[in-house]
Amino acid sequence: MTEPLIERLGLRFLHVVGRNFLVWRKLMYASMLGNMADPMIYLVGLGFGLGAFMPSIGGMRYISFLAGGMLCYSAMNSATFEALYSAFSRLKVQRTWEGIIHAPMTAADVVLGEWIWAALKATLSGAAMLLAMYLLGLVHGVRPLLVMPVVLLIGLAFSGIGLIMTSLAKSYEFFIFYFTLVITPMMFLSGVFYPRAALPPVIQAIGAVLPLTHGADLARGLTLGMPIAHPWLDVLVLAAYATCGVSLSVRLINRRLLK
Amino acid sequence: MLQVGDLHKSYSGTEVVRGVSFSVAAGECFGLLGPNGAGKTTTLRCCLGLTTSDSGTITLAGLPVPAAARAARARTGVCPQFDNLDPDFTVSENLVVYGRYFGIDRRTMLGRVPRLLEFAGLEDKAGARLDTLSGGMKRRLTLARALVNDPQIIFLDEPTTGLDPQARHLIWDRLKSLAASGRTLILTTHFMDEAERLCDRVAIMDRGALIAEDAPRALIGSRIEPHVVEIYGDGVREFARDIAPRHAQRVELTGETAFCYCREAAPLLEALQGQSALRALSRSANLEDVFIKLTGRDIRD
Repeated sequence: MTEPLIERLGLRFLHVVGRNFLVWRKLMYASMLGNMADPMIYLVGLGFGLGAFMPSIGGMRYISFLAGGMLCYSAMNSATFEALYSAFSRLKVQRTWEGIIHAPMTAADVVLGEWIWAALKATLSGAAMLLAMYLLGLVHGVRPLLVMPVVLLIGLAFSGIGLIMTSLAKSYEFFIFYFTLVITPMMFLSGVFYPRAALPPVIQAIGAVLPLTHGADLARGLTLGMPIAHPWLDVLVLAAYATCGVSLSVRLINRRLLK
Repeated sequence: MLQVGDLHKSYSGTEVVRGVSFSVAAGECFGLLGPNGAGKTTTLRCCLGLTTSDSGTITLAGLPVPAAARAARARTGVCPQFDNLDPDFTVSENLVVYGRYFGIDRRTMLGRVPRLLEFAGLEDKAGARLDTLSGGMKRRLTLARALVNDPQIIFLDEPTTGLDPQARHLIWDRLKSLAASGRTLILTTHFMDEAERLCDRVAIMDRGALIAEDAPRALIGSRIEPHVVEIYGDGVREFARDIAPRHAQRVELTGETAFCYCREAAPLLEALQGQSALRALSRSANLEDVFIKLTGRDIRD
């Protein structure tokens, strides 16, 4: 019997991506609506409501500035929810991962698959936001499409970090700390709602090491044509979070599942 | 099919598997018995390469584990202790998706599903959601899922725990048909009647070591007196202390019941005639008696 291509190429983690895709397909419309609705509400509410009182930022309307940030914020949220709540229920509540490693799959296959999957969901959320930006007339032409690889990278970064949390979690309650102490502050420190320059220098310095900051800078540059100070540094930081996150998760999940 | 040699495994300083060796021939049904915490599940996990042992050798389906664990698992079926069916999928989707993990494509799996469902007695449940299935149906589906890759060797960790008698009998029937088809079965169980019924050979494990290994009938024949008289009622303590030992080889008093193990039951039953307050149950010794004799009556938690 010849081995199937996926096995021959060592891409078994794609089976995990495929499994999650099949589940997602069942609830596709509800899921996409959720992906769209949350950031759209922010965008319309804050963008038009608050934007009416705002001066332009760097020569652009506030709603455009906000949209660039929300694009990254929605990717972050999507990846985080998937890598935390959904992955944890497959790890602990449903024991799906345990079942998978009884087959000729390893814990690393499972983690890689979940990592990619959560990043793909983030990409979808980002695409939905970008579509909204086109529809609202905030972006034009094809150049903004270049932001999609960046959105995928943001997804990989937050999915990697999220999986670390999942591998350490004993229950869903654990994730509240992560949201309160990491995700929410990140939203305010990374220049999603306003330019980071408005913050005191110390807080700006903290923001400078956060992945969302680098994502937002890249996204605004690519979609709205704002100047990007250090594009390759931004990519590097996001890639570093992504690779460190996933490799640490592989180790932790290995320890947890293969004890 | 499976050879385990001098397996050792410790968790944070406590050795839970201490030098376990056994081998299981093709087509055999082998039972691994033992109280809670005896090291059964750890031993099985080592065999599948899901835990790395501290020392020892394992050969599963002709392949060294853990070195070739993945390839060995590709030839193996696993029916885990806790159901981990995928609640997001229907009955037949569970089988098709599980096949993916073995690299079996959808078309091939769809071809296999009807026979697997028939085996599990779930022909009319193909499109059913998982939460509509009873506990017994889920177990049977888990068993069918362990067969997606047509394995020659199947591990079953407590396959009937938590099931009602009807469901247990149905599982036993399915396991017997697997054994009859020449597959090798390795099962752990707490139910001695289950082991006696299904297994060609059993090994009793306690505190991380194998303490007995033979066919169930042979263990009962060699390890324990053939007759057991259980006595209970008012005055059982006095009877167990003063009279029973004269007629039984061993007497154990547990709570309010005296277990008398005898070569001949008649003299003891005669002595009971004059004791109207006592009730007695006379029966042949079984695997549970052997198990308790070897592992003791203490509760293990």
